[in-house]
Amino acid sequence: MKQLSTKVTSNGHGQDSSYFLGWEEYEKNPYDEIKNPNGMIQMGLAENQLCFDLIESWLAKNPDAASLKRNGQSIFRELALFQDYHGMPEFKKAMAEFMEEIRGNRVTFDPKKIVLAAGSTSANETLMFCLAEPGDAFLLPTPYYPGFDRDLKWRTGAEIVPIHCSSSNGFQITEAALQQAYQQANKLDLKVKGVLVTNPSNPLGTALTRRELNLLVDFITSKNIHLISDEIYSGTMFGFEQFISVMDVLKDKKLENTEVSKRVHVVYSLSKDLGLPGFRVGAIYSNDEMIVSAATKMSSFGLVSSQTQYLLSALLSDKKFTSQYLEENQKRLKSRQKRLVSGLESAGITCLRSNAGLFCWVDMRHLLDTNTFEAELDLWKKIVYNVKLNISPGSSCHCTEPGWFRVCFANMSEDTLDLALKRLKTFVESTDCGRMISRSSHERLKSLRKKTVSNWVFRVSWSDRVPDER
Amino acid sequence: MGSLKKSGGYTGAILSRIATNDQHGENSEYFDGWKSYDKNPFHLSRNPHGIIQMGLAENQLCLDLIKEWIKENPKASVCTPEGVHQFSDIANFQDYHGLKEFRQAIAHFMGKARGGRVTFDPERIVMSGGATGANETIMFCLADPGDVFLVPSPYYAAFDRDLRWRTGVEIVPVHCSSSNNFKLTVEAVEWAYKKATESNKNVKGLLFTNPSNPLGTILDKDTLENLVRFVTKKNIHLVVDEIYAATVFAGENFVSVAEVVKDSEVNADLIHIVYSLSKDMGLPGFRVGIVYSYNDSVVSCARKMSSFGLVSSQTQFMLASMLSDDSFVDNFLMESSKRLGIRHGVFTLGLKKAGINCLISTAGLFVWMDLRHLLRVRNSFESEIELWHIIIDKVKLNVSPGSSFQCTEPGWFRVCFANMDDDTLHVALLRIQDFVSKNSNKTAEKASDNDQVIQNNNAKKQKWKQSNLRLSFRRLYEDGLSSPGIMSPHSPLLRT
Repeated sequence: MKQLSTKVTSNGHGQDSSYFLGWEEYEKNPYDEIKNPNGMIQMGLAENQLCFDLIESWLAKNPDAASLKRNGQSIFRELALFQDYHGMPEFKKAMAEFMEEIRGNRVTFDPKKIVLAAGSTSANETLMFCLAEPGDAFLLPTPYYPGFDRDLKWRTGAEIVPIHCSSSNGFQITEAALQQAYQQANKLDLKVKGVLVTNPSNPLGTALTRRELNLLVDFITSKNIHLISDEIYSGTMFGFEQFISVMDVLKDKKLENTEVSKRVHVVYSLSKDLGLPGFRVGAIYSNDEMIVSAATKMSSFGLVSSQTQYLLSALLSDKKFTSQYLEENQKRLKSRQKRLVSGLESAGITCLRSNAGLFCWVDMRHLLDTNTFEAELDLWKKIVYNVKLNISPGSSCHCTEPGWFRVCFANMSEDTLDLALKRLKTFVESTDCGRMISRSSHERLKSLRKKTVSNWVFRVSWSDRVPDER
Repeated sequence: MGSLKKSGGYTGAILSRIATNDQHGENSEYFDGWKSYDKNPFHLSRNPHGIIQMGLAENQLCLDLIKEWIKENPKASVCTPEGVHQFSDIANFQDYHGLKEFRQAIAHFMGKARGGRVTFDPERIVMSGGATGANETIMFCLADPGDVFLVPSPYYAAFDRDLRWRTGVEIVPVHCSSSNNFKLTVEAVEWAYKKATESNKNVKGLLFTNPSNPLGTILDKDTLENLVRFVTKKNIHLVVDEIYAATVFAGENFVSVAEVVKDSEVNADLIHIVYSLSKDMGLPGFRVGIVYSYNDSVVSCARKMSSFGLVSSQTQFMLASMLSDDSFVDNFLMESSKRLGIRHGVFTLGLKKAGINCLISTAGLFVWMDLRHLLRVRNSFESEIELWHIIIDKVKLNVSPGSSFQCTEPGWFRVCFANMDDDTLHVALLRIQDFVSKNSNKTAEKASDNDQVIQNNNAKKQKWKQSNLRLSFRRLYEDGLSSPGIMSPHSPLLRT
């Protein structure tokens, strides 16, 4: 219909992808323990539902924040009228301190450099509007969050050029892959404006190693381009490694307050760490004044509700709460991840060893009929329609190798997770592959474990004994 | 600018044009008034000589009713003991369709705000980050970069940002003039359309605010119907921003475009409404914007785009409860309408006493004040800006000059009256009357001198006027107008 904009008529929103189709199927037949026990179990939604009780008990102890009061006095009027796009100072201060806490207080965040946004969805799009012209490109390592196609490209006109990562080294970013992506963009006549990474990664569930971060900072320095680090999962790190932010690397390389540091931007949100996606709290952190200024004006298009800012500024200013929450959150995520991993193993399925996130990157290549994306889609359909599990196929995340799936574990009860695993195991055992697996399961698991160990060796950086790239 | 190299050539680090141009419009002089206000904000007791904010179209007259409702309905908050059992479900809820109860409550409220003359379909309610987000979203849906929307002037200053900045859409104004009280006519729209298309512009639609900002006037039914037929004939879109729908003063009639869309001559696929609770309910902080379209593709697309500016689920939940409370809503709409009408009456009466006329208006949170007779040089925008600076610096009122609304005639000012309490309004009126009488005592060239002398001379006159004005307030109080509490002068930056 020529009447409407091209944005309406194109499918630049990316919602025709399987990632979203799985959701739609889930909506039609959602699992409920009592009302619909044969319904579809949602494992395609990276939500953190494990720690609401902690927030609820905080609310019970903090009636002022809960009822829009300050020192016993109602501040309803003040909140009702507060629409300053600079955001509430106490909220930005609390956000800055929370971000510091997540990074072990090794780096500092200046509240004045924070721009609030309506979720990281809005934060990422706003950064694109600030950094890229229509037709400019950002390089993203694959696999990446399917929503980026919409958030980074749809209304901005920017392009994404993939940095291909492969299972041969645990999907780590390599120098060769970076250069290849850059050259590919040039071949396509696209100006590269920067690199965007999610750290910890969605969908891999792994934190970037120091080696990768150094590589990225060196790369953007030499090419004079930007680096956006979406650290939305920074508070979900549960491995014994500590989370290394790009801000850590800037500090360690003594690049703070340099031109390079002005080109490094962090995106954050409370949707994953605190499990509050409904409250729409996102943030951009930038050392570049012009970006902060422009992004602040743009935030008018998606400010955070004042009542939400007020509630969360009280919550996050309570340091006793935040330290207890972060610790407990990590504990529960770790235990849940373990449950998923061991459940999958008993079905002869392994995952990329993960140390963060709300999902695992699951290896089902051995269940494919052929090593093709068609086979992956076939397998996915079976899992969605027959096994009734909504999981996300790797192709929807732009993975270059068929057979990988993202499976979420933090958005359901333990019982539901166990049921999902049971269904999957039954499915696997009922297929030819499954029979083969159960016959030689012992051998197979042994070799799969070896593979897992080698993946593990590549990803670990806790001892700083970083192995060579190969 | 970033790391722009003087040697020229491409450097990747340069920021986008959008980030570095001033298409956001915030570098205009318009915001000087705000800056002055922020440096020296009026407070009745703490800073009685400070600048009174009259450039902010906020509705503060009925917040007491909402505050009361919230106090009496703790279940509506997911944070109170009564409501916390809902916390996890709501905190987790990010479905861009929005809470069903919220959509239903909004649709219901929108119908009531239009006197129950139309109903709205909750399935067409799409959320956005305030009307700011809604207007930008509808542009992204209807127009491509370089396309044009016709917008009658004077128009809301921030449209330059909301409709154009990131969308690349162009605004072509349809100039309205005082010769017919700034009424929008089909002829004016036709002429603007013709001129634009003759210059090879791709006109995608017409957008206007009704009730109007900054005029406070309501479009009559005939003109509305004719405009709707016009867009149908030309196959272009019509976006009506009805953000001030419930600010219509008691006893006046507002015709929403929703009431004419069922006409058989109308192509409903071309009709879209923008709405918000920021003005009608006085809740700009809660960021509740709505896109309502009769076009299914637009609803679908806008809904996907709403991911960039969803309403906080905490807020959705509270409002779903509040706006489904019929007795609250009915009383609120009635009270609000009444209080706005009274406030408007007091203000315009006070202005008349100072010999200042305003455009006759029946809605909105402001008046369109005629100060053409006070311009040093008639018909000069320089004089308008000069007069405006005098009003800020000497009269200590932040008002908005007509030029910032793209008005083509110098001398008009938008002055807000609903964002302060009665006492502050009273002080504002005194200052205006004072200023006017000062100015009528000498020739225009000496307008900026002798302030002190004039002030002393007028002290007695001031006292007399003061007691007269107080009488009118007292009468109104006796008529049952409840007095809103004293406002703290807290002001967000850069909002209109």
